[in-house]
This record gives sequence, C-alpha cells and structure tokens, in this order.
Amino acid sequence: MTVAQEQQINQRGASHEEPVREQLVLGNPSMKDITARIASIVESKITTKYLLTLGLTMSMAGLGLFALYYTITTGIGVWGLNNPVGWGWDITNFVFWIGIGHAGTLISAILFLFRQKWRTAINRSAEAMTLFAVVCALTMVLSHTGRPWLFYWLLPYPNQMQMWINFRSPLAWDVFAVNTYFAVSLMFWFVGLIPDLATIRNYVKSDLAKKIYSFFSLGWTGSTRHWHHYEIAYMILAGISTPLVLSVHSVVSFDFTVGIMPGWHTTIFPPYFVAGAIFSGFAMVMTLMVIAREILDLKQFITLKHFENMNKIILATGMMVGYAYAMEMFIAWYSGSQWERWIFINRALGDYAWAYWTMVLCNVVSPQVYWFKKARRSIPLMFIISIFVNIGMWFERFTIIATTLHHDFLPASWGYYTPTWVEISIFIGTFGIFLTLFLLFAKFVPVIAIAEVKAIMPGAQPSHHHDHAHAPAAVEAH
Amino acid sequence: MNAAPVGIIGEITDVNKVMSAAEQIRDAGYRQWDIHTPYPVHGLDKAMGVKRSILTYISFVGMVGGLSTALGLQWWTGAFDYILNIGGKGFFNWQFSMPIDFELSILGTAIFTVVGLFGLCRIPTWYNRYQDDDSFKKATDDVFVITIDAEDDRFSAEGTQDLLKRLGAQNVHLVTNHA
Repeated sequence: MTVAQEQQINQRGASHEEPVREQLVLGNPSMKDITARIASIVESKITTKYLLTLGLTMSMAGLGLFALYYTITTGIGVWGLNNPVGWGWDITNFVFWIGIGHAGTLISAILFLFRQKWRTAINRSAEAMTLFAVVCALTMVLSHTGRPWLFYWLLPYPNQMQMWINFRSPLAWDVFAVNTYFAVSLMFWFVGLIPDLATIRNYVKSDLAKKIYSFFSLGWTGSTRHWHHYEIAYMILAGISTPLVLSVHSVVSFDFTVGIMPGWHTTIFPPYFVAGAIFSGFAMVMTLMVIAREILDLKQFITLKHFENMNKIILATGMMVGYAYAMEMFIAWYSGSQWERWIFINRALGDYAWAYWTMVLCNVVSPQVYWFKKARRSIPLMFIISIFVNIGMWFERFTIIATTLHHDFLPASWGYYTPTWVEISIFIGTFGIFLTLFLLFAKFVPVIAIAEVKAIMPGAQPSHHHDHAHAPAAVEAH
Repeated sequence: MNAAPVGIIGEITDVNKVMSAAEQIRDAGYRQWDIHTPYPVHGLDKAMGVKRSILTYISFVGMVGGLSTALGLQWWTGAFDYILNIGGKGFFNWQFSMPIDFELSILGTAIFTVVGLFGLCRIPTWYNRYQDDDSFKKATDDVFVITIDAEDDRFSAEGTQDLLKRLGAQNVHLVTNHA
C-alpha cells in the first residue's frame, strides 16, 4: 500500500464518524471489499519472492530432516548428550515450541471469552502458528525417544506383554496433554475456517480451486440455523481451550517439577511456564505478523492498535516471567536447602552464566521499553524486541535444563554440555518446517477470519434491541 | 418435464431490515425457511424463532465420556488388570490421575462438540438445492439471503414473493429445479 492510499484511508476513516476508540479495520471497507481483499490472496499469482522464501524455508526443513534421518538411523549418540546431561536441545526445543503455540490459543480462546474484538485480525494466523509449533514440538519429542517408530509404546494399548503405560509418570501425562492440545487446536482452527472457506469457494474462479475449497468448506451456506449451532460450538471450544492452554504447559512443567532435582522441584513452575509460554508465543506472532502484514498487504486489518495491544501483553507476561526468576532465587535461599541454593548461585554465576544473563536481558530488560507508547507502536523496534524475546525464552528453557543437569550431586560426574551439528541442524529444521507450513498457510488459507472481521464492522450488527416478548414461545403462552 | 419449484429467494442488505423481516416471516407462520448470512448476526436466530440448540448437552455427554474413560482406564490398568509396584506409589489415586482426567475430559468435549455441530448442521453436505442461484452465492459475501422452501405449507409462488418484496427484499425470484 502506498503512502497516498494510506492517507486516503485514514481520511475516509476520520470523515465517517469521530470514533471514540481506535478503529480496528482502517478505511471503512465494505463487506465486499473485505471478502475480495482476503480471498484474492488465494488467487493471486505466486511471486518469485514467495518461491524463493519457500525454497529457503524448505531447505532449512530439508537440513533438519536429514539430521533427523541421521539421528534415527544411527541413534541419539550423535547428539551431544551424555551423562550427566541427558536432556539438552531436544527437550529445550520441545518446551520452546510448545510454548510458541500458546499465544495462538490465548488469542483465539481467552481473548474471545473476554470479548476482545481486536483478536479477529490475528486469531487465524496465531492459531495456525499453534498447530505448526506443536508439529515441531512433536518432532522434537518423538526424535528424542531414540526409536520413534515405536511411538505407540507411549499409548495405552493391549499388547502381548500385557503391560500398560505408567500413569503415575508425568511423561505419560505429557503424551495426553500435548496430543489433546494438538487435536483440540486443530478442531478449533478448522471450525473457525469453515465459513471462510465457503466464502473463498464462492469467490474463486478456477475449477480446481472451487473443487478444493468446496470440499473443505463442507457445504457451508451461512444458514442462520447453522450459525446458531456454530456460535455455541465456538463458545464451547473457546471455553474448553482456555483451561486447556493453561494445563498444557503446566503438564510440561510437571516433567521437571515432579522430579526431585534441585532447580526443578518447585511449585512455581506451572504458572511460570504458562506465563513464559504466552510471552514467547506473542513474540513469535509479532515477528511473523510484522512480516506477513507487509508482504500480504494487510495493513488495513492488522493495525498498530493490534500491535500495541500485543506489546502490552508482552510487557505484562515479561514482568511475570521476571517476577518468577526473582522468586525462584528467593525460594532457593529461603528453602535452606544447600543443594537448591547452590544450583541457583551456579545458574547465575557458574558455567552457564552467559545463558542465564542472556535470558534475563532478553526477557526482563528488553520489554521494559514498552512502558512508552511510542515504543509500543514502533514497527522496527517491536520486530527487534520480539526476536530478543524469542531468543530469551529459548535460553530460559536451556538454562533450566542444562544448569540443573550438568552439576549433579557427585562432583566426579560433573560435565559441560555442548550440542553437535546434528542437534543444531534439527533445531534449524524445526524452524524450516514451521515457516514452510506458515508460508503455505498464508497463501492458500484465509489468513484473516473473514466472517469474524465482518461481524465487528460498524453497522454489521442490528442497532436496536428487538422486543423479545414477541418470541414464539411467549406468543404460544397466551 | 416441468421445472419443479424449489423455493423463493430474496436479498436484503440492511441488517435492521433483515431482523424485522425475520420476525415477520416467523409471525406469518412459515416453518421451512432460512436466512443465509456472511457472518453471525446477533439475535437473528431469536428473531427467526430458532429453538435453542441441544449442542451443549451433546458436549456435556462428551465431557462425562472423556472423564469416565480417563478414570476407568487409569484405575483398570493400574489397580486391576496388571498391578505393578512402581516406587511404592499407589496403584490408583485420584490425585495422580488428575492431569489425564482433565485432558481426556477436554478431548471428549471437543470431539463431541465438533461431531455434534456437524450432525446438527448436516455437514458435510456437498450439495444444496439453491447452490446454482446467483443470489444464493452472495450469502457468503455481503448479502443476507432469505430462502423460503416450496415444501412449506404456507408457500405460494405469488404470495410468498409478495411478502418478501413487502419486507424490503430485492431481486425476489422463484428458484426452480432444472432436472
């Protein structure tokens, strides 16, 4: 969009009615404009820039898949893991990716329940990120089992050994939590997509596209009788996703807290992990939306107001995470346990102090600029901070895992963990998978929830309350 | 062969108009009719006299099903089918069963909600009798499309068209089956 167009939009917006609140969609587009603007992305020509980007992300994914192939055929001995550090980048990346997904569910479910209308511009893409992030997390956690082709051993199924999985283990809880999270997020996302896919079905010209979108829109017609059920279904899904998203990272944190290792065995972990997950998830949404908004020309829908709101959430959750870091330190001292105290002194001053202070700088210090409105509305700044937060949150997980493990109770077995090229490649690969899926999504799926945006436009809803005394039930009662 | 009437279609673009149109069609006693909208319009279902959805009950059944599966599974495998002492922990305790109880309750609710939604809306149905009508296609874009089916007892080719026109609908026309 050119500057002149943007000015025009702003002028039109201003002349309409002086809005008390900042407008969520700039330029008062008609319903037809909204349909055309978003549905046309699907039909637009695939550009060289798009193909080059896709080529890059697919190469990253290819590198990761090659490293995974090498790991699976050789064994996880090719990773840098050994005694005493048995968990390294594998679990760090798993927790990192699961955390990334949390922003999507928060935006789609929790902000829906709080009637935050601004969520409509970003919820679709954030939910997509949730799914793709969980795919990456599952890749990490499956590959770290060593023999991923036996993944079904994680599930309770009748077998010739007549044995069952150990339901007392948090690792078994994790299997249920993560898979439920993936399944529910997928259902929530798809249910949200159905009306928009129908819109695209009726918009596209080519026969093949029409067939494909017809298939996936399941014959949705926009019937009010269907919307009636649909809205209830959406509300229920949002209602159950809210506790779900809080539970998933809590269960992930149980992997640590239920163990008796110093530095892990703390009750603060579940809320601390959830706050961190939302924090990192919003940062990732920010990073990608700043780019997507530019490339797909969605400035009309994803405005500075959206970014400002997200930055406020980043500031709030960043402070929660900072509070957790401080409280961990305090509790370690207050516990009186020498092991606990020592682990935390070692965390801040030991071999991995560089990782710890990177984490503190990125997660606690850098978001503080968001106290200023100018910073919350500066695109280049929020892009940089979002990347800082991504880095910081990755280091948080790494710090938690590595510092506790590398110095255990026996000084003779102390060690220092560094990853090999294989682990690094797999990590790059998960970014490749994530970005490739996101690029495909941005091209072929409506990136903005068309029906939801239409529903929040000025004048989209009836302006007067109808007299419910005329409702049929009341009429029949006479 | 005569073209059989499918129903009458009318377009309305103003949301307040469609609300009052819905109330009047309802009060006129029509039963087999619908309004297709590009987005959910608050209160339009009430104005049409749509009965409260039973979906919440279906979801509740899913929740109970998920929860009982989780409890049953953990109790039966751990404390009944194959009792195994692991670190002296209990064979079954509600405390340790909580995470899976919770997750499967959510999963059961979600599956029943989505399947229930599909069932109640009869989707997927990749065919609609109005699908080739140009007005009908606008319902996913920017128009509120009223359809009154020919099967309705009060349906009459002229009378129903007059009613829709009187309610402010545009492009009111009869849709016929070409087969």
